[in-house]
Amino acid sequence: MESGPRGLLISPIKDGTVIDHIRAGAALTVLRMLGITGQTDEELSIATNVTSMTGGQEGRKDIVKVSNRELSKEEVDRIALISPHATINIIRDYIVVEKKGVETPKLLYGIVRCTNAGCITNANEPIQSAFEVTEDGLHCLYCDTVITTDLENHII
Amino acid sequence: MKHIISIKDFSREDIDTLLARAGAIDAAPQIRKTLDGKQVALLFFEPSTRTRMSFTSAVSRLGGTSITVDSVEGSSISKGETLADTVRVVSSYVDAIVLRHPKEGAARLASEFASVPVINAGDGAGQHPSQTLLDLYTIRQSMPLDGIHIGLLGDLRYGRTTHSLAYALSNYDVTLHTIAPQTLELPESLVAELHKRGCRVEEHEDITDIMPELDVIYATRIQRERFPDAASYYNVAESYRITPEILEGHKEGMIVLHPLPRAGEIDPRVDALPCARYFEQAGNGIPVRMAMLEEVI
Ligand SMILES: [Zn+2]
Repeated sequence: MESGPRGLLISPIKDGTVIDHIRAGAALTVLRMLGITGQTDEELSIATNVTSMTGGQEGRKDIVKVSNRELSKEEVDRIALISPHATINIIRDYIVVEKKGVETPKLLYGIVRCTNAGCITNANEPIQSAFEVTEDGLHCLYCDTVITTDLENHII
Repeated sequence: MKHIISIKDFSREDIDTLLARAGAIDAAPQIRKTLDGKQVALLFFEPSTRTRMSFTSAVSRLGGTSITVDSVEGSSISKGETLADTVRVVSSYVDAIVLRHPKEGAARLASEFASVPVINAGDGAGQHPSQTLLDLYTIRQSMPLDGIHIGLLGDLRYGRTTHSLAYALSNYDVTLHTIAPQTLELPESLVAELHKRGCRVEEHEDITDIMPELDVIYATRIQRERFPDAASYYNVAESYRITPEILEGHKEGMIVLHPLPRAGEIDPRVDALPCARYFEQAGNGIPVRMAMLEEVI
């Protein structure tokens, strides 16, 4: 996080997780991926299109602060799919106790919907979607479809 | 527990072992009673009479019995039961399940819920490993798989049999010649994968360019619905039709294959030529499926 006047956009939090350097405009998708909705009871601060000193997409970024909840590595790694440069700060008593980047997971279960309408994962079966993350895109382990573009729209 | 879901799960060694087993069965079919006392369920959620008959025959030639569910109507499927539940229940009745299903990935799902081996007999536009194995078996009856030039002809974009065959052949030292109209070429992603696996792929539009070099011609159907109008379909279909004239000057020992049923891709006059092997190819479904059943049970 940058210091200075921009820090006033969202107040510091006592305990929780700050996800910084989210691709500008992607904050709401990030929340959705973490299962955080208007119905859940986390205390949230969201800043979008914040000017970023450290680059990012055209110098802008999003920030999400989730109070009183430390997100797990697995939860956060999903974010790498849409925002590979995001950073995670775990805060305890106003102090950053852990700072890490996100990593693209090798396997994704139940996170992305297969784009193939004929895929068994899109039928009413008691299974989660399963994808292997390869250099070409996301490879459906059931039907072999490879999703290369427009990932955000396929996130469940 | 072993399942046969996709040809992609087969290494070169796995393929060779299975084809050798099919060869042994072919040589002495009467002495196999490997499935004595065993029962196999043929779950056909999509009609495919030939594949079903061929598996039924394979089971009974191994001394086993089969039970068939081939109609969705009247079964619990139409009452909304999931495939996962069906497979769990059927697993408790039989020793193996052969599954044909309209959804891609259905066989993979079935293998996760079944407590007996699952053999994929075709899932949607997805995998159909027994077809690929019998194609390979038929080629190997005439020549070693290494060193061959094979021409894949017809609709290579949507035809799943050519995709799996190409993938399986990339385990061997082969040169693939694709012969298709531009709009029906092999998908780029598949070509890239084949290259990555060290396979040579050469693209052609006209079979006469490459005819004298081919050891195998694998013809497939060009579907009319891929074309905007009847005239453009007939034009293309006509130029991808195998005739005795087209075959003139072919390499010695060259063979012509087709997964059948054929529409007009092969002139019936070709049937009488020694290179025509598509009916043997269909017949090879029996020893190959017997070998697959032996492999998993
Ligand atoms: Zn899929």
